[in-house]
Amino acid sequence: MKMATSSERSPPPFPEDLEPEPDEVGDQDSDDGEDIFLGADNPLEIKMDPSLSASDIASSTKPLSEASSPPVMDILSEPASEASSAPMVDLLMEPASEAFSAPMMNLLMEPASEASSAPMVDLLMEPASEASSAPMNLLMQPASNASGAPMVDFLMEPASDDLKEPPKPDIDPLADIINDTPLSEVKTLVAAMPQEPPSDLFDDEPSELFAEPRQSNTAKQQQTSIFDEPDEDLFSDPLGEASKKPQNDVFKEALAPVAKASNVCGPLSDNYKEDPTDIFTEEAITTLPSAVSTVSVNSKTNGVHSDEEEPDIFAEATVELSLDSPRNDRKKKEAGKPSASAPAPSVSASASKPQPKTLEELEEEVEDKFELNISITNPEKVGDGMNAYMAYKVSTQTTLPMFRSKTFTVRRRFSDFLGLYEKLSDKHTLNGYIVPPPPEKSIMGMTKVKVGKEDNSSAEFVERRRAALERYLQRVVFHPSLLQDPDVREFLERDDMPRAHNTQALSGAGFLKMINRATDSISKMTIKMNESDVWFEEKLQEVEAEDQQLRKLHIMVDSLVGHRKELSVNTGGFAKSVAMLGSSEDNTALSRALSQLAEVEDKMEQLHQEQAASDSFCFAELLADYIRLLGSVRASFDQRMKSWQRWQDAQNMLQKKRETEAKLLWANKPDKLQQAKDDITEWEAKVTQYERDFDRVSATVRKEVLRFEKEKARDFKKQIIKYLESLLQSQQQLIKYWEAFLPEAKAIA
Amino acid sequence: MDEDLFLEDVGDSWSFQLGGEDEDDLHEYQAFLGSSFFDLSGDPFSQMGLGDHEGKQFCWKKTHTDSSAEEEEAREGSLSVSAQTIRVTEAVRDGDALTFIVISQKLSGSGEYHVARTHEDFQWLQQCLFSQEVVPGILGVIFPPLPAKPQLNAPTKVLKQLGFLAMGEDWRMYCMALETYLQQVAAHTTLSKNKCLENFLTSSEPPGRQRVRKGIFNRLSQAMEGMRKEGHKDVDDFFQTERDNNLTLTGCSKSATERFIDVVLTEQKLAVACGHFSTALHLCVEQEEDSAVLAFSKICVKLSEVIDSIKRNFESVAENNLSTLGLGLDLESRCQEAEKEMLYRRTCKLVVLETASRNAERAKPVKTAAMDELKVAAEKEFDHVSGVAKQEIARFHSTRVELLRQALILWCEKQLETARDTSFRYSEHLQAFKGLGE
Repeated sequence: MKMATSSERSPPPFPEDLEPEPDEVGDQDSDDGEDIFLGADNPLEIKMDPSLSASDIASSTKPLSEASSPPVMDILSEPASEASSAPMVDLLMEPASEAFSAPMMNLLMEPASEASSAPMVDLLMEPASEASSAPMNLLMQPASNASGAPMVDFLMEPASDDLKEPPKPDIDPLADIINDTPLSEVKTLVAAMPQEPPSDLFDDEPSELFAEPRQSNTAKQQQTSIFDEPDEDLFSDPLGEASKKPQNDVFKEALAPVAKASNVCGPLSDNYKEDPTDIFTEEAITTLPSAVSTVSVNSKTNGVHSDEEEPDIFAEATVELSLDSPRNDRKKKEAGKPSASAPAPSVSASASKPQPKTLEELEEEVEDKFELNISITNPEKVGDGMNAYMAYKVSTQTTLPMFRSKTFTVRRRFSDFLGLYEKLSDKHTLNGYIVPPPPEKSIMGMTKVKVGKEDNSSAEFVERRRAALERYLQRVVFHPSLLQDPDVREFLERDDMPRAHNTQALSGAGFLKMINRATDSISKMTIKMNESDVWFEEKLQEVEAEDQQLRKLHIMVDSLVGHRKELSVNTGGFAKSVAMLGSSEDNTALSRALSQLAEVEDKMEQLHQEQAASDSFCFAELLADYIRLLGSVRASFDQRMKSWQRWQDAQNMLQKKRETEAKLLWANKPDKLQQAKDDITEWEAKVTQYERDFDRVSATVRKEVLRFEKEKARDFKKQIIKYLESLLQSQQQLIKYWEAFLPEAKAIA
Repeated sequence: MDEDLFLEDVGDSWSFQLGGEDEDDLHEYQAFLGSSFFDLSGDPFSQMGLGDHEGKQFCWKKTHTDSSAEEEEAREGSLSVSAQTIRVTEAVRDGDALTFIVISQKLSGSGEYHVARTHEDFQWLQQCLFSQEVVPGILGVIFPPLPAKPQLNAPTKVLKQLGFLAMGEDWRMYCMALETYLQQVAAHTTLSKNKCLENFLTSSEPPGRQRVRKGIFNRLSQAMEGMRKEGHKDVDDFFQTERDNNLTLTGCSKSATERFIDVVLTEQKLAVACGHFSTALHLCVEQEEDSAVLAFSKICVKLSEVIDSIKRNFESVAENNLSTLGLGLDLESRCQEAEKEMLYRRTCKLVVLETASRNAERAKPVKTAAMDELKVAAEKEFDHVSGVAKQEIARFHSTRVELLRQALILWCEKQLETARDTSFRYSEHLQAFKGLGE
């Protein structure tokens, strides 16, 4: 029921009044999926094949490639030639109630390809009138009517052509938009549009048939209203009504086939655009484009549904499937549809568990394999005045074969580090990687250093920065993907590093970041992402909460450090006044003891100072690092959202193109039609591409976040152990001081 | 602070005697007295005739004839309780007033006296001690310092006013200071003989509660101090050195106390900051099965424990500082103050004597006899005071050193214990962290 839940969770980006529907329809849709498989067994062997193959896809991805293509081929080749006629009727009458979609698909496809013509029309017409008693059948019949009638007229010619030349864009768009079942029908109806007779036929019967149910479904009125306009635009009024009513019925009945029937009845050019999206929400959106051109996309749809699983699994399937893809679209669509609708949950269920494990294992393996130590030492001031800068010695020690030697050292200045980040960020952030951010440029701190004040604070600043840079670089090289980047290697190895430019822009890092954050939050508000994956939503919330918490902690640690420093200063003050007291004391023993005490307090001042530094380095810096890193994490989430947005935009564009095509088709302007079809192909490719990008980014982000969390836990643990060790050490030092002082105190006579 | 009374008396008397000499100082002082002295109508000494001392020549003599003081100091006798057993166990807050429970053991047989005393009662006791004018050289006594009355209504001021004594829970430090005060009084050979003390310690009824003057005299004496004392050269080298030493030590011990208060306050702040940090860390804990998140949560919890240990360490370190060296330094600085007061009183006596002898020399024949009489009296008084002062100073030094020694040893031991405890706890935490799974 993955689909159902996901569609509920994420209302589509359509007007609000439509929102309630997708939920129900989503349920219907999934029911539908089941029905397809249940019913598919009964009717005909031919029909079983595709459905079986579809179910195969659901359970195991690999067989899909093999299983799906041959049977589909068969279906099309064999029954098509048979001129399905009689079995068709049976099919439609009996199994239609349950298994209607799957068989329909095939049935309709086949006759269409074969141009089953007259017999079919007859057959379908009669039962249609008869079957008015059984609602299920009823629904089917108009559908079949619709398909039948135009088929005779229209599909005869072009459809047969289509079959021979599968990739023909003509069919594809329509097929894509509507699920497979309606696909053929839509086509037929669209084709029927110019032809008055079929539409009349259509008009009469269904309108009567559905007159009653229509009134009862008040809840679904919005739906009808939506369809109203396009209907009227494109078709004669009666047809529009006809299409409306069945739809109402469809929704009211909340039956599996209904979902399809609505498509059947709403073959209007405008209708079909909105139809599928409404009904299937996300699923529809994802499945439709996926069906467009290649099977590889079909497999991708699985990936989409099961965002949590690693796409790696599907990667193979994708490759295999795509081999078949160019041959004919319809088969693919058939194969793709069922797999997309029903099987997705099962795939996700089976795939989600084992995957993360293997990921982690992989990661660990990678980490254990090599040894790479990076240290930054010897900060040195180069130059004078305001042009002065600090140069750091970056030493690398490694066993990795990708480096020229085992140990090497280069000198880098701060802006080089920023430059490295720029490069890495440009390349990898797009893909959803969490690129560790360098320490921020500090104009204050650096100016002090430049001015050449050799005081404590500037020395502390340099040391702090050195440590921060070291941690930054270590984070970069410990990232398996970033380590592979040539820029990283160059940074570590190359002696004469070209001066990094544009880091000036980064100088105001804080400022820029602020702006970025502001714009991000704005876009976050405007782009209401239709989140299909709970995991990401939760993680993002977690990350944001964590960001807040870390900031809070950072403030607290800061105040802790401040107090420690204060304690150190006060202890120093006390030591001085004790020394004064001791020196003005008459009693020699007391005077000596007090002087000793002053010394002890002096040492304690030192101890407190060290402890303050330790607090600051172990905690404050660590927290600051992670606050920055969380910024990168959020950036990767944003990247994912952007990629999603791009995909959505492309989809909208594609739909617009299709509209155009449909209009052209209706207006019967074949000269421009080709251009429109080309456009559609182009955008279909883009949609596919973007969707794949999105999937990839999602997968990367997920992987990166998991990795980040692991690293974080490890990092914190390491730092805390370090901190505790320093704490323990200073405590033991303290004990020594007290132990030394005690006899002095006792010696006071 | 109530020693001031004598100073004023003394100052008063000699200033009148001084006549035309040291005009500047005199005028200032008189102006001071004139403006503020008579406001204090509730003063026990108002009965002594100080209230209408204007126009009287030797007002400080009047104290000898004061009826109420006479009543209290009438009989001398040894204390019926053991000085070492005196305890001030707790302070009970009742509105604006604190009531202290004073417990002492009877010398004869077993049994304890439990009495409830307010700060006013303590002040009354101190007044009584001051006013034992029958005792020769009483001004040479270094009176045990009574801590100032806490201003309960201004919590922020209290810390400034009392320093360490305002710290600690439930006025524990203050109780300890009062206890020390009572013990010192009871252990004092001269002061313990005062009937008021016996009365104070044993009577279930609170002794006569007169309203006591506010701190105005404290400030007054401080203001005078600078003028009077510093310039006057002592005739006795011993006292001159003692005065010099006392001056530096008072300053040093005061500043050491203040510095130490800063240290303790910072430690307390650190403890609080650690507490916040530890609490905040708990908020980072997330309920999830995700292994990495879980590991991080565990780390947070552990770290929170560590920070809590640090907090407890600071708390006990601050507590140790407070209860041992802090109290010791506070007492030290107050004792130095007391000695300073005593020395000042003696210096005043010296000035009185010098003036008297000068007057006697210059006196017209008619007045010579009277002047000589005065001079002899002043001489006698001064000798008494000096004699007592010498003893007192010797006693004071030995107790003071012992006191500081005790404080330092106790302090060191306690800190050592805390440090060891903490170190043990840290190493436990360290082990726990090292044992924490990846």
